[in-house]
Amino acid sequence: MPPILSCRDVRVSFNGFQALQGVDLDVSPQEVRFLIGPNGAGKTTLLDVICGKTKASSGDVLYREVENIRKLQEHEIVRRGITRKFQAPSIFSNLTVWENLELSIKQDRSIWAVMRTKMTGEEKEKIDAMLDRIGLKEQRHQMAGMLAHGQKQWLEIGMQLMQEPEILLLDEPIAGMSGTERHKTGELIHEISAACSVLIVEHDMEFVRNFSKQVTVMHEGKVLCEGTMSDIQQNEQVAEVYLGRRESAC
Amino acid sequence: MDKKKLGYWLFFIALFLGPLYLTEFRLALMGKFLCFAIVALGICLIWGYTGILSLGHGVYFGLGAYCTAMYLKLESAGGELPDFMEWSGVSALPAFWQPFSNPVFALGASLVIPALLAAMLGFLTFKNRIKGVYFSLISQAVVVVFVTLFVAKQDWTGGTNGLTNFTTFLGISLSSPLVQIALYMLTVITLGISFALASRLTNSRAGRVLSAIRDGENRVRFLGFNPTSYKVFVYSLSAALAGLAGTLFVLQVGLISPAMMGIIPSIEMVLWVAVGGRHSLIGAILGAVIVNSAKSFFSETYPDIWSIFLGLLFIIVVMFLPNGLVGMVQSWKDKRKKSKQKGGTANATDSVVS
Repeated sequence: MPPILSCRDVRVSFNGFQALQGVDLDVSPQEVRFLIGPNGAGKTTLLDVICGKTKASSGDVLYREVENIRKLQEHEIVRRGITRKFQAPSIFSNLTVWENLELSIKQDRSIWAVMRTKMTGEEKEKIDAMLDRIGLKEQRHQMAGMLAHGQKQWLEIGMQLMQEPEILLLDEPIAGMSGTERHKTGELIHEISAACSVLIVEHDMEFVRNFSKQVTVMHEGKVLCEGTMSDIQQNEQVAEVYLGRRESAC
Repeated sequence: MDKKKLGYWLFFIALFLGPLYLTEFRLALMGKFLCFAIVALGICLIWGYTGILSLGHGVYFGLGAYCTAMYLKLESAGGELPDFMEWSGVSALPAFWQPFSNPVFALGASLVIPALLAAMLGFLTFKNRIKGVYFSLISQAVVVVFVTLFVAKQDWTGGTNGLTNFTTFLGISLSSPLVQIALYMLTVITLGISFALASRLTNSRAGRVLSAIRDGENRVRFLGFNPTSYKVFVYSLSAALAGLAGTLFVLQVGLISPAMMGIIPSIEMVLWVAVGGRHSLIGAILGAVIVNSAKSFFSETYPDIWSIFLGLLFIIVVMFLPNGLVGMVQSWKDKRKKSKQKGGTANATDSVVS
């Protein structure tokens, strides 16, 4: 299957520091891909480049092999179906749970359209279904800022799903979650991948082991290797990077 | 919800019937305050709802007022040169003054020019993601630029004195009490319509996008909305409201000068909204009326130290009532509601959806 997203020789530098030094990555439709690697490997930066938050200094980010999205603005990239969940829960705390989901519905987001729009029955059903799915039905009229940390994470995942993405970028989705919440999230991610590709940055190795098929290891702004978790565990280079046996490791 | 609506209707009807219970002097003051309330509505939209603090709304108010004043000036000059131009030795009417002899053009311009200036300024700053204090400072700088320009180009603008000595509007004498009453009622109606439109906007999905921009502009981008277009729209809408207020102001007060569009009035405009409650449209209106009433009450009663009282009022509000007077009433109501009914929130929340 042709990749839905391909990074070609993506480079990013921050004031001379080379955060990404030529990353190549292909993500297939409906794939769940984990990105792992030590701190400072450039995992989050790569997600930033894909979603438009950080501009790459060179290289291409191709959507469906044809469109280069490297120079598009964030909202333009989102409108193509690439959505991003940040590490810190970023919901609108002064809107209710319901309103947060309402704004996330896939819709015409230009100001003239939004001003004239009215909530349709179909949209209401969608929101209700999502509330069920993320377990926030009871809290639907609460201010989102009042939710517990785990609930905020779930709400945010719900907000991503309302957008019906083609590619979902998740940055440490289970950080700060309890054991059962983690498991639920892992299952949710698998459910999601029936409809879209998921690219996840994760530090928790147990979670990666339980829920990954394909894993990409990054180190010092480059892709070190790709494969299944068991392949990677046997890879000597990876062990060196993680345990810091190499002298030049910084 | 319906109780609230009824309250708003009663409020506006009470204002509308002002000529029945206010003296001529008080009515004139109230008319002026209600013009300020229209400005406050616009500031509430951009500041309270969208989180953009503009310290430069005096300019938009002033531009609107000047546009109308130029027409009034030309009308009272009766085909001759306006008096101040003669004094400054100008021999022919400057080209940009000429279209203002048409009242439709002048009134249109009083809305469009502030809106266009705001759109231009907003586009340049918001597109480049300039926000917060930096935007406030830029908006303040714009005030300085305009005031300096208006004072310096005395032969075109009337300088420090501004534009005054109008006699008629569309051939009707402005000094007759009946005309003043009619203008007052027009102001109430304009305020009512502006309030209705603004609350429609804030209660729509677009209004929730605005609140979302206030909460986290970058997050809004990642939901696929372009905050720039929303911000430019609200900013120019609020500028147009200020311009509209300027027109009504100049018709009733008969004077506009650079001092009324300067830095101090611009900041005062923000204070009205802060005192009333910046998250509430009705709060903004009340704030403008209350602060200005207090100002004239204190200055009449204690002519020597009135500004101290006003200063105290501001300090109290900023320190103890972060959400203004309306915010205070709201939190007091919430507390009472909570102690009254525990757990049974189902009915109260159902209305939020529909």
